[in-house]
Amino acid sequence: MEKGAVLEMRGICKYFPGVRALEQVDFTLRGGEIHALMGENGAGKSTLIKVLTGVYPKDGGNIHLAGTDSAVNIRSPQDAQNLGIATVYQEITLCPNLTVAENMYIGRTKSRLTNWKKINEDAGKLLESLAIPALPTQQLGSCSIAVQQMVAIARAVDMDCKVLILDEPTSSLDEQEVEKLFKLMRQLKEKGVGIIFVTHFLEQVYEVCDRITVLRDGKLVGEYIIEDLPRVQLVSKMLGKDFDDMADIKSESDTEKIDYNSTPVYEAHELAGTTGIKPFDFSIHKGEVNGFTGLLGSGRSECVRAIFGADKVTGGTVKIDGKTVHINKPLDAMKNGISYLPEDRKRDGIVGDLSVRENIILALQVMKGFFKPFSRAQAEAFADEYIKLLNIKTASSDTPIKSLSGGNQQKVILARWLLANPKYLLLDEPTRGIDIGTKVEIQKLVLKLASEGKSVTFISSEIDEMIRTCSRLVVMRDGKVVGELKGDDLNQNKIMATIAGGESK
Amino acid sequence: MTSSGNKTLKKNGSIGGFFNKLIHQQIFIPLAALFLLIIFNLIADPSFFKITMGESANGYNVLSGYLITIIDRASELAILAIGMTLVTSASGGQDISVGSAIAIAGSVILRVLCGTNSRPDHMQAPIIVAFLVCCVVAMLFGAFNGVLVSYFKIQPMVATLILFTAGRSIAAWINNNELPVISDPEFAYYGNFIPGIPIPTPVFITAACIIVIALVLKFTNLRLYSQSVGINSDSSRLNGINPQVVKLITFVILGLCVAVAGFIKVSRLSTINYSVVAKDIEMDAILAVALGGNALSGGKFNMTASIIGAYVIQFLTTTLFKFNVSSTAIAAYKAVVVIILVVLSAPIVREKLGKLKEKVLPSKSAKEAA
Repeated sequence: MEKGAVLEMRGICKYFPGVRALEQVDFTLRGGEIHALMGENGAGKSTLIKVLTGVYPKDGGNIHLAGTDSAVNIRSPQDAQNLGIATVYQEITLCPNLTVAENMYIGRTKSRLTNWKKINEDAGKLLESLAIPALPTQQLGSCSIAVQQMVAIARAVDMDCKVLILDEPTSSLDEQEVEKLFKLMRQLKEKGVGIIFVTHFLEQVYEVCDRITVLRDGKLVGEYIIEDLPRVQLVSKMLGKDFDDMADIKSESDTEKIDYNSTPVYEAHELAGTTGIKPFDFSIHKGEVNGFTGLLGSGRSECVRAIFGADKVTGGTVKIDGKTVHINKPLDAMKNGISYLPEDRKRDGIVGDLSVRENIILALQVMKGFFKPFSRAQAEAFADEYIKLLNIKTASSDTPIKSLSGGNQQKVILARWLLANPKYLLLDEPTRGIDIGTKVEIQKLVLKLASEGKSVTFISSEIDEMIRTCSRLVVMRDGKVVGELKGDDLNQNKIMATIAGGESK
Repeated sequence: MTSSGNKTLKKNGSIGGFFNKLIHQQIFIPLAALFLLIIFNLIADPSFFKITMGESANGYNVLSGYLITIIDRASELAILAIGMTLVTSASGGQDISVGSAIAIAGSVILRVLCGTNSRPDHMQAPIIVAFLVCCVVAMLFGAFNGVLVSYFKIQPMVATLILFTAGRSIAAWINNNELPVISDPEFAYYGNFIPGIPIPTPVFITAACIIVIALVLKFTNLRLYSQSVGINSDSSRLNGINPQVVKLITFVILGLCVAVAGFIKVSRLSTINYSVVAKDIEMDAILAVALGGNALSGGKFNMTASIIGAYVIQFLTTTLFKFNVSSTAIAAYKAVVVIILVVLSAPIVREKLGKLKEKVLPSKSAKEAA
């Protein structure tokens, strides 16, 4: 084994029927480093992690750990844990109704009698040493998501792990929470723990990591020291082609082209709902891309949900092309040419067990009516058309959508709403948790739709992305619209200031 | 990914390939069970499959034999399996009140036909009227269950427990606790034989129901809607489907199935026994759905598999009767068979079996990958 390495994976192969998920992949983790595992959706990151943690049996290759002479055989997550490989997943896998200490020690008290007093003390010391702001006796569910995430890490650390895997731990955290998490990661690094960090956020990789391993299509592209690999190169290595500069897609939707004197496609006056947002006015013109921005919980998602009638609407008037309409439920909105891509893809977007085809035709089918099902051939034609158009990677249109990767699931949902041929699209976080290539594809698609005369409302927590795509931003704070920015005001500083409420001073 | 594997195998066109494709089909489990029962009976006593033309009590030529018994007696169960499959798919739960609801439906028919006198010389209303009234009542009770489940969000089993408990009392109350008897032989046609036709009438009624549901599934979006609601009701709502209405509709359809099954049941005997009629049939109906490989937690369903499941259950019951298993012990035998079937159809076992097979006869796709 290489000197200083805590983990060596050599020639790892994993096959699924018809797919080579991993082909001769090598991976080396040294003690006291944070090692980013990068790749597009479907590149094999998750599979590699699952082989390492014993979720999948490997079809070839060896895994060596520091301190063991021969290759280890990891047959179950339990094995992995006993060998000092701990994993913290994107979704919290702890029990919210137990206390912090209980969560940290559950399932590993083994034969010793459960001495809660001692356990609480131990937990307290550990939490303190890692500077995690939580009490051992506090219910886990009452902590913020970030703290819960940290408790999961503390649990892993206490198990004396040598290898810590963080699988997209930051995707549901806000900026400050991410900062706290990074601090904890750096502390662990000092203690000699090897950390594997899986994420989609490039900024975070460059902020915290020492080394990067890039995978593409189940094969190893290479291992790099972070200083030697500028961002653009990383992206091009992940995509396997020269990356067309992100700046290229800078909004060409010339604001001049939009006729602001025409009747808006959609216009709401004093629209109010039950979800804690103040009544708001809003309008959008043909061919316009605008956005709602604000911190998490500022009410930006609630606004678009109110527009779509997803939650109960309690007041206000809505005009479509100048005509007053009533939108009280999603079907009303759909019939008026509005589409809504929800924020939580898993909960509100996909119908997991249904095929890609059924997921694509769903909205159009519902609009067409209960008694007029599409023929199988027609449905297949629609599905094939959009699978090709959006470049959706799926074995066939019969594949259940839940077996697709996140980015491809998102494309299926987009396909569903494009097929419905709306004049106004509401896209709430369409690029969350998906790889950079797909992100750019979606941004380009948004601008293309606008140039075809559709109106789009776009929400993203990445301000860069909003600036690139939107020509107007509605800023929200605490459930209220606090500003509208366009033209030269559309820059990071101005947006931040408006979000924070600095503009009034 | 399995589908792509299947495709390569399909190209092989070999028997192994065909078998492999079949084993991945949901319908494989009930078909395999049916096949095993047939083999067992062939070995134990081939005369099981003998069908003879004999004279019935009222002098007509009718077919008789165990097979005829099976397709005749399974009728109510098969019809109920249709509705139960839909309810399971959309609500992710089961209706345990169908047996009691059949008692109500049967009681309503007899009440309409008898009028005020419980032993009339001739029927007081046309049969079709009695049947339609029974349909309306049964659908209303279905809607009652449906409203509890969809609008009040009560667990289906708990919601239908109400009618399960109260149904047989309501049935008795409808006829003032009397036991009406219809002496007109015409009424008995629907549960037995129509003069001159050697096949039992319930077989035709069941066939009609199966055709109707096949047409409904083909010409409406019932399948897409109920599956989609059963899998993810939030997504369905955001796609313009009203999950509550969809769930309600499935319960009303089950109500209609109950009405038809109740009609056959009372016609068989021309009378009713409130506490015994269709007893435990709800469990058999749920079992039929499970045997068909459908997830009882809702979502995707295979109607054909459920219906075959119903016939498998009746096949098993009749086989046990033939071997003189006492009617009290039948439940225990059934339980054993059910355990085997349900364990075999569990995805985890099927996966293991698939892997075992892969080891013994490596398939082409695995070779390619290696």
